[in-house]
Amino acid sequence: MSYNWNWDIFLSPTPSGESTYLGWLLDGLQWTLTLSFGAWIMALVLGIGLGVLRTVPNRLLAGSAAAYVEVFRNVPLLVQLFIWYFVLPELLPTTLGDALKQTDPLAQQFVAALLCLGCFTAARVCEQVRAGIASLPRGQRNAGLALGLTLPQTYRYVLLPMALRLILPPLTSEFLNVFKNSAVASTIGLIELSRQSQQLVDYTAQAYEAFIAVTLLYVLINVLVMFGMRLLERRTRVPGYIGGK
Amino acid sequence: MEQFDWTSIPGALPILADGMLITLEITATAILVGILWGTVLALARLSGNRPLAWLAAAYVNLFRAVPLVMVILWFYLIVPTLLQRWLGVSQSSDIRMISALVAFALFESAYYAEIIRAGVQSVPKGQVDAAFALGMPYHLTMRLVVLPQAFRNMLPLLLTQAIILFQDTSLVYVIGLADFFGAAYKVGDRDGRLVELLLFAGAVYFILCFGASLLVRQLQKKYST
Amino acid sequence: MSMIQIENVSKWYGDFQVLTDCSTHVNPGEVVVVCGPSGSGKSTLIRCVNGLEAIQQGRIVVNGTALSDPTTNLSKLRAQVGMVFQNFELFPHMSVTDNLTIAQIKVLGRSTAEALARGLAMLDRVGLKAQASKFPGALSGGQQQRVAIARALAMDPICMLFDESTSALDPEMVNEVLDVMVELATEGMTMMCVTHEMGFARKVADRVIFMDHGRIVDDASKDDFFGTPRAERAKLFLSKILQH
Repeated sequence: MSYNWNWDIFLSPTPSGESTYLGWLLDGLQWTLTLSFGAWIMALVLGIGLGVLRTVPNRLLAGSAAAYVEVFRNVPLLVQLFIWYFVLPELLPTTLGDALKQTDPLAQQFVAALLCLGCFTAARVCEQVRAGIASLPRGQRNAGLALGLTLPQTYRYVLLPMALRLILPPLTSEFLNVFKNSAVASTIGLIELSRQSQQLVDYTAQAYEAFIAVTLLYVLINVLVMFGMRLLERRTRVPGYIGGK
Repeated sequence: MEQFDWTSIPGALPILADGMLITLEITATAILVGILWGTVLALARLSGNRPLAWLAAAYVNLFRAVPLVMVILWFYLIVPTLLQRWLGVSQSSDIRMISALVAFALFESAYYAEIIRAGVQSVPKGQVDAAFALGMPYHLTMRLVVLPQAFRNMLPLLLTQAIILFQDTSLVYVIGLADFFGAAYKVGDRDGRLVELLLFAGAVYFILCFGASLLVRQLQKKYST
Repeated sequence: MSMIQIENVSKWYGDFQVLTDCSTHVNPGEVVVVCGPSGSGKSTLIRCVNGLEAIQQGRIVVNGTALSDPTTNLSKLRAQVGMVFQNFELFPHMSVTDNLTIAQIKVLGRSTAEALARGLAMLDRVGLKAQASKFPGALSGGQQQRVAIARALAMDPICMLFDESTSALDPEMVNEVLDVMVELATEGMTMMCVTHEMGFARKVADRVIFMDHGRIVDDASKDDFFGTPRAERAKLFLSKILQH
């Protein structure tokens, strides 16, 4: 069994003629990046909020945040995605649901994937933030309150700045996870990178070239993100702490 | 809630059970191989042998940089070809299962390797010194002194990774293998009751994984010094 | 022939020289105390004797076997040299009995019965026979260190190395360990001890070695050392610690 290597396939035009196969891959890359960054921003905002909630004295708020985390951590990402994509339109009032189903399929896929990935990752960010705040000396909160700061102010000016710096390494791996998890969106048809690799396999016979190219792109994303986060870590270092001078 | 029709589910239980068996089979294999091969990788990385450590690091970093979806697709591409070339086995219906098993085992090993590496490093260096001072060679030191302590320290993390693994098996959907989720989707699609079956699947996963995580938490409490 | 021979030993950690041209010896039956300020390299020196630390220059010979000789089986050599650590380093996942017998069985190849008998005999010698089935976590620091000594003795070593064996103990437990060490010394064990306990040195040491900044600056008989120490630093060191 011999395999014909053909790296020129990337420069060959697609059947419809409007792009090259490389163009398809770059389209996929674009969707992966858009989805990932969008989901990460959503996850940060939601996750930090939930993480703070998990550490407040109010039992109801802390408990709700904990429940959120449990729900989104104990159901597989793929199942969550399918629920967002197939089930959510059915749960909305009929007029809204129907309107949703009429919109552009690509938009439906993207929004479902974005919300899914955002909520899923938010649960994980929440746990990191909670651990970060919990690892701070108890005296920090008391010192803030003793100075007359309200609890929200104490979180904003005293606790969160330190907690977020402390959790930069685990947050980095969560960020990397978002890029990897974005591949799951291929199952509902979103034309992100891994889906495009499958498209290439379907349309050409050059499976190995396609997979190698896509794998390299994922590795490249990985390397760039790690590099960027390391720069961030360096710039936000606090002397005397691990990673500080 | 009135528009939901759950009647599909009881009749479909045999199919769903078959799917769950596949899920459990993949999970168990990946855990077993993952821990064994992961330990080898972790020790290789911590060994003084530069080329060996570099190879192990490269393996771990490569598998951790790529989405599981891609790894599953890769092995679905490679495994049938290899089986044909090396064993002369032609395409069988089990090819999806075999490539999934290989993909998960090799993928999870990279994640287990990191957990185990941290575990081994968490054992105080003095323990190694004491074992050496008693005349124990490296392999006895690892087997009798370091690894037992490392695994005790890392047990909660190993179990948590197992729960994650259990959830990740749902991704065999991308090669058309019907695990529990795949089976639920098939039934839902066939009967036009996709919404109900998806919610059912979600509930089952939740109960199993949440239950398991509670057990892990209890274990942690029981054994924390 | 000396039991431990250290010749012109130098060691570097990267660019930092931690031992400079150290030479000394320990004769059979001798008790040598190594003392000096923190960072003087005394722990490093003693850890070189059983090869836990590698040396870049010089020669170390234990009982006629050179450590750097390619034919030397380091594990076998270590089995003959007992070592007691500052942090006891009992294996926490094994009972006291298992701690005592594991190396006897796996390294010396003794039968379980033999190892058990010898281990319990050593345990009795340090006065802890009743703790045989306990786990290290249930013992006090002083008890753990005595078990550690018993563990080393169960291997029937030709000499014993003590690396600050009482430094991590609460004051009230130091004596119970020192008593065991004094007994060993009077029974004729060859010992090399890194310690701050000058009372112990005065009692049983044959010689005292004083180290400073990686060098051996004084190496004298006990009486000479405590009576008229040569090096200025040694005098200063002694004057500071002999208040107590």
